[in-house]
Amino acid sequence: MSVYTLPNEQGHFGKFGGRFVPETLMKAVIELEQAYEEARKDPGFYSELTGLLKQYVGRETPLYFASNLTKHAGGASIYLKREDLNHTGAHKINNALGQALLAVRMGKRKIVAETGAGQHGVATATACALLNLDCIIFMGEEDIKRQSLNVFRMELLGAKVVSVNSGSATLKDAVNEALRYWVANVDDTHYLLGSVMGPHPFPMIVRDFQSVIGKETKEQFFIVNGRLPDAVVACIGGGSNAMGMFYPFIDNKEVRLYGVEAAGKGVNTSYHAATLTKGKPGVLHGSLMYLLQNEDGQIQEAHSISAGLDYPGVGPEHSYLKDTGRAQYYSITDQEALDAFQLLSKLEGIIPALESAHAIAFAIKLASKMPSTQNIVVCLSGRGDKDVETVKTLLKGEVRNESN
Amino acid sequence: MNRIERAFKLLNKTNSKAFVPYMMAGDGGLDCLVDRLILLEKFGASAIEVGVPFSDPVADGPTIQRAGMRALQNGTTLRGIIEELEKAREQVSIPIILMTYLNPIYAFGIDRFVEAINNAGIDGCIIPDLSLEEEEMIAPKLSEVGVELIRLVTPTTPVERIKQISSKGKGFLYAVTIKGITGTRIDMDKELYSFLNVVKSFSPLPVLAGFGIDNHDQIMELSNYCDGVVVGSKIVELFNENKMDELKQLLSINKKMSQLT
Repeated sequence: MSVYTLPNEQGHFGKFGGRFVPETLMKAVIELEQAYEEARKDPGFYSELTGLLKQYVGRETPLYFASNLTKHAGGASIYLKREDLNHTGAHKINNALGQALLAVRMGKRKIVAETGAGQHGVATATACALLNLDCIIFMGEEDIKRQSLNVFRMELLGAKVVSVNSGSATLKDAVNEALRYWVANVDDTHYLLGSVMGPHPFPMIVRDFQSVIGKETKEQFFIVNGRLPDAVVACIGGGSNAMGMFYPFIDNKEVRLYGVEAAGKGVNTSYHAATLTKGKPGVLHGSLMYLLQNEDGQIQEAHSISAGLDYPGVGPEHSYLKDTGRAQYYSITDQEALDAFQLLSKLEGIIPALESAHAIAFAIKLASKMPSTQNIVVCLSGRGDKDVETVKTLLKGEVRNESN
Repeated sequence: MNRIERAFKLLNKTNSKAFVPYMMAGDGGLDCLVDRLILLEKFGASAIEVGVPFSDPVADGPTIQRAGMRALQNGTTLRGIIEELEKAREQVSIPIILMTYLNPIYAFGIDRFVEAINNAGIDGCIIPDLSLEEEEMIAPKLSEVGVELIRLVTPTTPVERIKQISSKGKGFLYAVTIKGITGTRIDMDKELYSFLNVVKSFSPLPVLAGFGIDNHDQIMELSNYCDGVVVGSKIVELFNENKMDELKQLLSINKKMSQLT
């Protein structure tokens, strides 16, 4: 049996990944790589992290058999991995705590991070509050308007939120600005990247910290069913919850891996975030990966109803898993996600994040084509409280349309 | 001999320092690119860095970011820039160095890019997001046709790595004078001078200082520690505001720098 060992020493997943950053940052990414190599061999580091994940975050999270949703789909059994029940309401805290502990280990007491919807920003601000670290969060001007409550949350937690109005004023520009800030403050500041992207070792570190999702899922599922699930499903923006779910299953070839991107208003419009479906390989934010770009290599804006999927790139490891065929990637439209958001709320009493609603929508389609003897696990990456206002506005619009 | 090497030989012979202005191609329209290059040569530039606009320029500050956005709104493309530079080559004798992020090259196709810039008579190439660790994808190809890949070192680069980078370097070595992005004001302090001294002591190539340089006093001071300077944001600003007298005045330092040494 072949054992999956990527990335290689250069941080490459096949041709993807690598370290494409200005020279000013190379020392910091090399130091981070060394610090992480030492930390991962140190049982003390892991016992501290595991302790926090248990006592502070509330892990392990349940693996829940969604019987009503299963009945509705009319095929395979659907299980939900309840990352929405983590402290701060999403999987992001798994990585934020891990990296914050790493920063402390490196003697860096200042943290910079980017955020789109605000979930990673809130998780980072939370970890910084807990560990008494200075925290500065860059967030696009557009996203600040869309997610004002999360901005207030971060401020309550003691973080400084900086509005970014360059470029398209969304997540990709917040990453640019966080990188620029890091370039200027690299001596005492750690960049706490929120997804499986950026220069090596970030995609590996974030994946490893998030792989607690897949590890728990594997054990929990095995205890109940005595085997592995037939398929796992997760939504993808940059791809951190999906990578965390997929990684422990990569060598179990009988388990199919499905990533679900945001099709926005449709993959044949210019309003989508379906990078693996419609993008081409290129270099952005330190890594070679699939990107939404025009023929001249200029990065295009992504669109999704969910701010967390609204990113024109996708992690290098997903890019690799797509090209090798080990994982398959599909997309779900804004409307389908909105329907799934309501459906899961009504059927199971669980309001999912709009991001996770994409995974739910795809899982329903997938389950309906699979026999009832088979099983799917969906990563329910976050809770929907943050999206309730957005959805309320959208649904009112829909009601008006119907009465016309 | 490459045009860059020849230019530095000549500067060396006359005990002169290099003044290299940076400009954003397509800012003000691609039509004026050739004229601006001719003007910069006339004003006394030793070589010219021509920037390629990119949607996500992480190493650049607000001035160059905005210039890049204006250039993109004008419909500027890498292909268009290379075509204009090919025209310019007949009228400009100093070295022309292309500064571009990697993705426009990657989208263009690396082999095609190397062939096109070589045919256009472009002498060197600076790729700020291409690290030493990743340069194999393009460096050997540039080297084969004799287009110099200019490497960068920064105040955070450890001494061992400065040695490594400068031994691989071609043309000249670009010493970034700040921990920060273009257009940020530099601290003219001991730390900077000792950094430049270290770079100078290891580099077999001429060393040019760049990032955050915008006035005569800085330039005169810095030229004691290196072989010349690159001035970016200030030049971009003066072109955008159409302040040609000030531009001429800024570049006139070149003569003073030469007389001094």
